Amino acid sequence: MTEENGAPGGHGEEPTRRDFIYIAAGGAAAVGGGLVAWPFIDQMNPAADTLALGSIRVDVSVIPQGSEITVMWRGGPVFIRHRTEDEIAEARAVELRVLPDQDARNDNLPAGAPGFDANRVLRPEFLIVKGNCTHLGCVPLGLGANTGDYDGWYCPCHGSHYDTSARIRRGPAPENLPVPDYYFETDTTVKIGLSPEEAAEAGWEVADSAGAVA
Amino acid sequence: MSGHSTYEPKTGVEKWLDSRLPIIRLGWDSFVDFPTPRNLNYWWTFGGILAVFLVIQIVTGIVLAMHYVAHEDMAFDSVQRIVRDVPFGWLLQSMHANGASFFFVAVYLHMFRGLYYGSYKAPREVLWILGVVIYLLMMATAFMGYVLPWGQMSYWGAMVITNLIGALPFVGDAIREWLWGGFSVGQATLNRFFSLHYLLPFVIAGVVGLHIWALHVPGNGNPAGLEIKDPKKDALPFHPYYTVKDGFAIIVYLMVFAVFVFYMPNVLGHADNYIEANPLSTPAHIVPEWYFLPFYAILRAVTFDIGPIDAKLGGVLAMFGAIAILFVLPWLDTSKVRSMRYRPLTRWFFIFFVIAALGLGWCGAKNPDDPFVGAIKFVHLAQFLTAYYFAYFLVILPVLGIIEKPKERPASIEASVLGEAKS
Repeated sequence: MTEENGAPGGHGEEPTRRDFIYIAAGGAAAVGGGLVAWPFIDQMNPAADTLALGSIRVDVSVIPQGSEITVMWRGGPVFIRHRTEDEIAEARAVELRVLPDQDARNDNLPAGAPGFDANRVLRPEFLIVKGNCTHLGCVPLGLGANTGDYDGWYCPCHGSHYDTSARIRRGPAPENLPVPDYYFETDTTVKIGLSPEEAAEAGWEVADSAGAVA
Repeated sequence: MSGHSTYEPKTGVEKWLDSRLPIIRLGWDSFVDFPTPRNLNYWWTFGGILAVFLVIQIVTGIVLAMHYVAHEDMAFDSVQRIVRDVPFGWLLQSMHANGASFFFVAVYLHMFRGLYYGSYKAPREVLWILGVVIYLLMMATAFMGYVLPWGQMSYWGAMVITNLIGALPFVGDAIREWLWGGFSVGQATLNRFFSLHYLLPFVIAGVVGLHIWALHVPGNGNPAGLEIKDPKKDALPFHPYYTVKDGFAIIVYLMVFAVFVFYMPNVLGHADNYIEANPLSTPAHIVPEWYFLPFYAILRAVTFDIGPIDAKLGGVLAMFGAIAILFVLPWLDTSKVRSMRYRPLTRWFFIFFVIAALGLGWCGAKNPDDPFVGAIKFVHLAQFLTAYYFAYFLVILPVLGIIEKPKERPASIEASVLGEAKS
């Protein structure tokens, strides 16, 4: 055997063609392995039909002021509370610095918006949030059962208290109940699953919702 | 012990096979003429019991899968149908559900045996680590199996545990969605859990094969913590001595199992799991199956932030850490003495470790805010016991191995047996 296609070079020797073949074969095997593995990993992500069930329409005119309903969206609960003036005032009186989580957690707003009550709603009288406690996913209790120490929601699993803006105030939950993408189609119907911008881009009718106070 | 084989093929067929696939020789050398320490006590029978229960779970599971429907609208009813309508379904379902509990009872006793007699020490570290791998696989299998009946505890147990993953920084939410296959625990989750629940027991069986292989290289440990020096004096052939001893223990264990299967099939279950899963209503008090309770208590014991780690992530890390620490145990225990028979001080710390593990189980079953004694709540007890759990591995075993003066050990396994007989 000649030097250039013989044994791999030792220390200080010139790399041989065999060294190149080792590295090229190893690299091809690694990339190929990754390409084969990826479909087997990615198949576990939400499927197209699951994603397609992304939005629902809710008639909020049936909710009397001072009460709330729970609707199913994407396999989990969404709370819609028709808030009273007192509840709105209570939520707006809270200073940002007393909040354990000062982020608005509102999918309709840019990430990092401060957690003022005004950043948690499109129309102040309707508070719409996902209904799984941010601690371990239990469904907090609300009006008619137990509103906790801050008149919002109380999670019975590990004792998290949420206020009338569904912001975490006390207990193990780390974050505010998140506000899903939604917009007002008309003054009485809400579509959950699309933000006002997305709906407008799609060319759908969007009722005036940005900050309009009733 | 690897050594010369005593197998002698007698018939022509055996001779023909032995020169082509010496599988009878392997079985003979592993389970008939395998030299086994003569001083093994009944704590050494749980390995055999565990093998029996792995088979029971696989066989009952395969037939249950012939009737079970992994669909969120039908799973709950299909289990009820198995119990009520399928011939002997009540028996098979009860064996499978209670079999999981008895599997865990045996594995915990097997593990405590290993901790007490130093079974994890050189040259058996790989044997021990494979055992921890089996334990982890058992926990994953049991967790997914408990989701399948799709009752309230199934659903909300899955919800709580998968939400733990969400505590991981940056990637938590994406991984959680990937596990769910949707935006919540749902049809996709149930279907994949069924697939994996069917798969993992066979993975366990494979690792059990490695576990036994790793056992048969150094041979069994034993209560004296000594190696076999003279096989003629220190050892007995596995068959008939230990096939009979293991067989007797298996029969006694199966009798207790039968009491549960026939007379109290639901006592280890939870009443809420007879309510079909409802994503809109959480049970007042979510508890996992009893065999996860100590780890559930450790999870909830971390109620405070640790530097940049918030309480939720801290709890998750503590819970997984409680199991991960077992992997490095062989290198944490600094003592050269294997058996705690000869470690008068460590022995007491071990006894308190067992009490702490049971106490954590108790805390896991309770509401953390319930009073334990006076102003001390269960969460405080859980915090104290969690601290002890970690201290046992990280402080007590490393330090005691250096400062403790062990008792005098017998010269050989044979001497330890004869010594006991005299006294």
